[in-house]
Amino acid sequence: MMPRRELIVRAGGLAAALPLLGACDAINDAPAVRRILSMGEEMNRASQRALIDREALAREFTRADLSPVFRSNGTRLPPGAAYAAHAAGGFADWRVAVTGLVTRPLSLSMADIRAMPQRTQITRHDCVEGWSAIGEWTGPQLRRILAAAGVKDRARYIVFRCADRLGETLYYESCDMIDALHPQTILAWALNREVLPIANGAPLRLRLERQLGYKHAKYVTAIEAVASLDGIGAGKGGYWEDRIDYEWYAGI
Amino acid sequence: MTDLAPAPPPTRVYRHRLPTRIWHWVNAVTLLILLMSGLMIFNAHPRLYWGQYGANADYAWFAIGSTADTGYVRIGAARVETTGLLGRWTDAEGVEKTWAFPGWATIPTSYSLADGRRWHLLFAWVLAISLTLYMLWTALGGHLKKDLHVRRDEWSPRHIWHEIKDHARLRFPTGAAAARYNILQKLSYIGIIFILLPLMIATGLTMSPGINAAAPWLLDLFGGRQSARSIHFIGAWALVAFFLVHIVMVMLAGPVNELRSMVTGWFRLPAEKAK
Repeated sequence: MMPRRELIVRAGGLAAALPLLGACDAINDAPAVRRILSMGEEMNRASQRALIDREALAREFTRADLSPVFRSNGTRLPPGAAYAAHAAGGFADWRVAVTGLVTRPLSLSMADIRAMPQRTQITRHDCVEGWSAIGEWTGPQLRRILAAAGVKDRARYIVFRCADRLGETLYYESCDMIDALHPQTILAWALNREVLPIANGAPLRLRLERQLGYKHAKYVTAIEAVASLDGIGAGKGGYWEDRIDYEWYAGI
Repeated sequence: MTDLAPAPPPTRVYRHRLPTRIWHWVNAVTLLILLMSGLMIFNAHPRLYWGQYGANADYAWFAIGSTADTGYVRIGAARVETTGLLGRWTDAEGVEKTWAFPGWATIPTSYSLADGRRWHLLFAWVLAISLTLYMLWTALGGHLKKDLHVRRDEWSPRHIWHEIKDHARLRFPTGAAAARYNILQKLSYIGIIFILLPLMIATGLTMSPGINAAAPWLLDLFGGRQSARSIHFIGAWALVAFFLVHIVMVMLAGPVNELRSMVTGWFRLPAEKAK
């Protein structure tokens, strides 16, 4: 047994070593190190794109697997009078603009979206934080909407603009055409056979199965086909990507 | 040193070949970074579940949390107060924090899930690539056959029990026997290289929604994403336990000699003890 006094002295030594941790943080923040660290994301994206079939489906579960409570995260109620008015009116006047590199720009009403062929899927939502919830989602496939708008060949990414903001800027997300055209990528308006709750993104949220939760943009107001993500936000492809360096490719 | 009779010249053996030495030190750095960045990732949601899903409303078999003034760790129904260390602690500036693992144990030291993930996911590649190369070299380069293969006579329960007793009494082999691994070393090294580290990689991949689409059998193998996450966490502490035993053994067996052999490859055989 170590005598108590010695233990205290050693603990003090440990505390004295704590400033060394500041050096670790300096390493973490160095631009060259950050460039090296981002190689991990590049390798994950390249390897997953190379190894995973474009159309490989995320696992679909049964109703017996549903989470009893589907947790919400991020914005649970978008601020502002405009959204409050939409919510009060049952989102009857909500419209989604489809713009950018398309031959036929669209402005879809919720009725238009519900009138399209629907896909229902019971999938697992994986938050970047580590928790998971299983829910049943219903909505049209994004590929149908993009086909209706006539996405041009030059389009490489689809950008989703949202009604919620955390701080000053509106939330946005983006994905490449492989995920945009994936059969399970839908614009969901129902969760567990009920109208999507506000906390989960009412009236419309993107389901981008095979990627982490922050990619699944809530409160979608516009869909834009673009050739490059430069000039959008800080250019990293999404709200959290711009702010705190979350990976743009969130497949792991 | 006080013996008057001249000591016999020490016998040196070339114990660790270059791939083993490189892999050992790459691993030392990689596993430390993976552990500390992993603790940061865990801090984002310090609860563990079994099964396909698991979020705050669901039963967590393991949780680190804090109440108004105490930190605690809960395993099943057992709850231990851990104020000052886990769940509630004071940082270097004297500010009280309530994340699960304290800043001195995580990469980076201040809360950043994004940065923790960047370190973790890059060094996961380092681990996966170096482990794959080392496994190939071990299997094909003779290391497995020459050093790690458990001979038939070593499998006898009497022999294993004898080795365990010798270890517990800190009786280490001397002379030529010290140059070879005993069965406990063989089993732990085989276990680390061929079972525990691959298990860590496989459970890590099972947490990837992208990989799930390509290899859904991983979900079946581990019983779901949250089960894989729990196994990943337990496996990390199994590696920490291995590390602690490993360090104690190095200290007891002669740290200078052991360190030198893992740097230069050359190991000085401990002289035979007088009977």
